[in-house]
Amino acid sequence: MLCESCKERDAVVYVTRIENDGVTQHHLCEKCAAAQGVETTIATPKHPLGEFLQAVQQQGVGGAASAAADTLRCSFCNGTMADFRETGRWGCARCYTNFEAAIRDLLRRVQGSHRHVGRPYQAPMGDHMEQSALIGELKDRLRRAIEAEQFEVAADLRDRIRVLE
Amino acid sequence: MLDLSLLPDGGVGWLDASGQHADIVLSTRIRLARNVDGYAFTGRARDGERLRVLAQVRDAIRGVAGMTDAVLYRLDEMAPTGRALLHERHLVSKELAGLDAQHPLRSGAAVFLTDRTGVMVNEEDHLRLQSLRSGFALHDAFAGVDQLDRDLGGRLPYSHHPEFGFLTACPTNVGTGMRASVLIHLPGLVLTKEIAKVLASLQQMGLTYRGLYGEGSEVVGNFFQISNQTTLGRSEEELLDQLHRVVGHVVEREAEARRVLVRDAGYIIEDKLWRAFGTLRYARSLTFDEAMNYLSGVRLAVGLKLIGAVSVYTLNKLLIFSQAAHLAHAEGRALTESETNLARARYVRTTLDEEAGPVG
Repeated sequence: MLCESCKERDAVVYVTRIENDGVTQHHLCEKCAAAQGVETTIATPKHPLGEFLQAVQQQGVGGAASAAADTLRCSFCNGTMADFRETGRWGCARCYTNFEAAIRDLLRRVQGSHRHVGRPYQAPMGDHMEQSALIGELKDRLRRAIEAEQFEVAADLRDRIRVLE
Repeated sequence: MLDLSLLPDGGVGWLDASGQHADIVLSTRIRLARNVDGYAFTGRARDGERLRVLAQVRDAIRGVAGMTDAVLYRLDEMAPTGRALLHERHLVSKELAGLDAQHPLRSGAAVFLTDRTGVMVNEEDHLRLQSLRSGFALHDAFAGVDQLDRDLGGRLPYSHHPEFGFLTACPTNVGTGMRASVLIHLPGLVLTKEIAKVLASLQQMGLTYRGLYGEGSEVVGNFFQISNQTTLGRSEEELLDQLHRVVGHVVEREAEARRVLVRDAGYIIEDKLWRAFGTLRYARSLTFDEAMNYLSGVRLAVGLKLIGAVSVYTLNKLLIFSQAAHLAHAEGRALTESETNLARARYVRTTLDEEAGPVG
């Protein structure tokens, strides 16, 4: 159905007006509807990242400093900041460490915060084993330090073990 | 052909209209985005890596209580109709189903499903854990997915950062990785033209809205998905409480708008809604958008108790089963667009006849 106002574009807005107990139906295109003050704001909102990416693509992130950052490659997935700007997605978890400063800034702008305050997480198995191996090693060093009467070193080691345990 | 009968309730138990405010709020969904440590994220990963992620997830999931009976669907081995069916039932995203032109089907794309919980593998993130509930049930839905997350995260190492939290491919998900959304029907606010104000205020509260099928989808049939916009800087509970409060308020505004409509335009609204019902009961061809809009009208009429012969559950079922892939599945063959519209009208007619008694 064509818009009854311009008779050019497809009618996509159907307006039912209820006035003085009378009902009128109008079929309008988006442009004519907007011109007549019909709110058609039920459009899907933009992705929050979209605007941000557009802005950084236009400006480049902070001139010369960013040119240097652009050549930096993630040591795990080989991704760059330029890849991120193109896709809006990081390549791997290691990117978050390799581009930490840029990401912190990005999160502050996109999310209004860069600090996770939700569920803590303790990785299972492998890491548990690594941790207990580390504690074992520290305990060995502690024993040696005490035997050698290096009490400052021993106190330090004892604190580290306490934290890990 | 895809066998959905393996799933309890065919995976649509969440449509049973049993929850709180079921005539206004259809369903509640919570998803958590997680990645398995040691692999590139899905978009950057090679085929072999994605398959290894799937194998590792499969091993881990078999030991998780409540997931031992989960059905595994390998989307990467399924025909397009089967993938579209799962998508139409809201069990997998468009991206995972490979139905999105920007994201072709990936090797290792799969989903584990139980009655109200699912785990998508090799979506934008390695894992998308989700739980679905009928009606307005944020805290119940969260409890379901949180337990799954703890169990699975105890068997798989997730990518996590002490400052940024759970790491995700897209920076808009990092932190809690949680997107909680409520699928809500707001014809009263749309008809009274209050909707723009309500939607604008959502965005001021750190919430956002989408159409029926999530990100990027159009709003049809006055259905909106309201969800949290940010995932960092607040705990899961704070995000849920905020969404709960705001959606509760939107439900009240919708109820108020319906009262205003009945008071100020009673017979006009009544006429409009009965016409919608009449069209659904007699039409011989219905496009998807038409069906959605008329179903929206009938849903409102049932909410206002103008029409008593149809249950909310039937209306929910019609929303799902009158979609293109479901109609093709029922007919047992691919359908052209006009055949789909004919099949849709026939299906809607028959279903309403069964429930409300035949018309002349």
